Amino acid sequence: MAQRTPLYDVHVRAGGRIVEFAGWQMPVQYEGILAEHAAVRERVGLFDVSHMGEVVFRGPKALEALQRVFTNDLARCADGQAQYGCLCREEGGIVDDVVVYRRAADDLLVCVNAANRQKDFEWLHGHAFGADVANESDAWSQLALQGPRAAEVLQRLTSVRLSAVGTYRFTNGDVAGVTCLLARTGYTGEDGFELFSASEQGPKLWAALMEAGRAEGIRPCGLGARDSLRLEMAYRLYGSDMDDGTTPLEAGLSWVVKLDKGDFIGRQAMQKQKEAGLSRKLVGFTLTEPGIPRHGHAVLQDGKPVGSVTSGTKSPSLGTSIGLAYVPPGLAAEGSTFAVDIRGRAAAAKVVKTPFYAKKK
Amino acid sequence: MNLPDDLKYTKDHEWCRIKGNRAAVGITDHAQDQLGDIVYVELPEVGDAVKKGESFGVVESTKAVSELFSPVSGKVVEVNDPLSDAPETINEDPYEEGWMIQVEFADAKEPDALMDAAAYRKYLEEESE
Repeated sequence: MAQRTPLYDVHVRAGGRIVEFAGWQMPVQYEGILAEHAAVRERVGLFDVSHMGEVVFRGPKALEALQRVFTNDLARCADGQAQYGCLCREEGGIVDDVVVYRRAADDLLVCVNAANRQKDFEWLHGHAFGADVANESDAWSQLALQGPRAAEVLQRLTSVRLSAVGTYRFTNGDVAGVTCLLARTGYTGEDGFELFSASEQGPKLWAALMEAGRAEGIRPCGLGARDSLRLEMAYRLYGSDMDDGTTPLEAGLSWVVKLDKGDFIGRQAMQKQKEAGLSRKLVGFTLTEPGIPRHGHAVLQDGKPVGSVTSGTKSPSLGTSIGLAYVPPGLAAEGSTFAVDIRGRAAAAKVVKTPFYAKKK
Repeated sequence: MNLPDDLKYTKDHEWCRIKGNRAAVGITDHAQDQLGDIVYVELPEVGDAVKKGESFGVVESTKAVSELFSPVSGKVVEVNDPLSDAPETINEDPYEEGWMIQVEFADAKEPDALMDAAAYRKYLEEESE
């Protein structure tokens, strides 16, 4: 039986089309993916992301312990700052990609992917290195308010001075009378906030935000728009673009792997991989012929399969077909060309710089 | 749910409008609603042969790919080309402007096996249970 977030009834009442995703019954769309996508790019949209999990590291060993399972460097992350990175296996394969919210050196909240809640908790608990590791996933509701008007809408509901909360920074505060961890983070490429609150407060917070954003034309947004928005930014999706069999280096996430920070699980394997050179790289591409690339389509060079598409869609903002694919290093440079096997037809593709979409200034 | 009485329907949610030995083919209101925003369509060319129950093309929404299955066997005599530039027409007007292909079919009895509007409505109700 698939799980439901505290917002489930709210979604059904709002006309959300419920689908099963990663063991969760979630709205894939309300009004339509394109309308919701546009609302976030142009105004503001609200997502229920309560299916995401929260694992908390506490105690005097918390920071040191998390450093040993996390690829990025939390010593360079201040209290009140969030940091993106990966959890890796000894061989370098990605257990999950996560955002760590450093509340204090002895209190760090790890936001994990919905599908990996249990796996991550077991992994982290099994590598606790003396920290107190708790799975608080069921205790939290998480809403993402995203879009250029998000701050304006949120400011109406809180006394926290939002202009003082920088990107990837967070603070505690009340929003519409609900105690929240209020973070300037997101998965859309737009300005916005993610609000962590007690699970049962989720519906109240949702209603308050929808009301506060009425004049801006706020829209409830589903997983469909979440996916198209993140793909335009080339943000990786665990389970599609990477998994236990790929390393952060292959996935193009070397910027969150700090090999010189001290030892962590997977460091040696990645050090070796870096020295030996990669056999494949995740790149962004656009199709230069008609068609839409999809997860699992083969990448062809001279008619032979040499790689694989991991994500693809027709970009709602750009109107072009975009995707991410693992290709041999020789095809990874910007401007390289290959073909994508779309149901037996070879559609020409070109490697481009990512993000695909540049935020409007 | 809009289900015109003058059309025949398939279990794969295509419709066809029979005129003489020609069938105009498209997808139903239910199908376009389930798919969501349609952003791409791939159709056969005039002269191509299609076979009842077999794929003649695809429609894609932002999220998903869906195959199109021909309600009848025959030859494609017309294709709604403007759909490639305006696939959203299928969402907006699935039974008129959103038609996809015209098929000239050989077996006059073939369309008889398809559902009428009442039978398709019943089928949809059963499917949603």
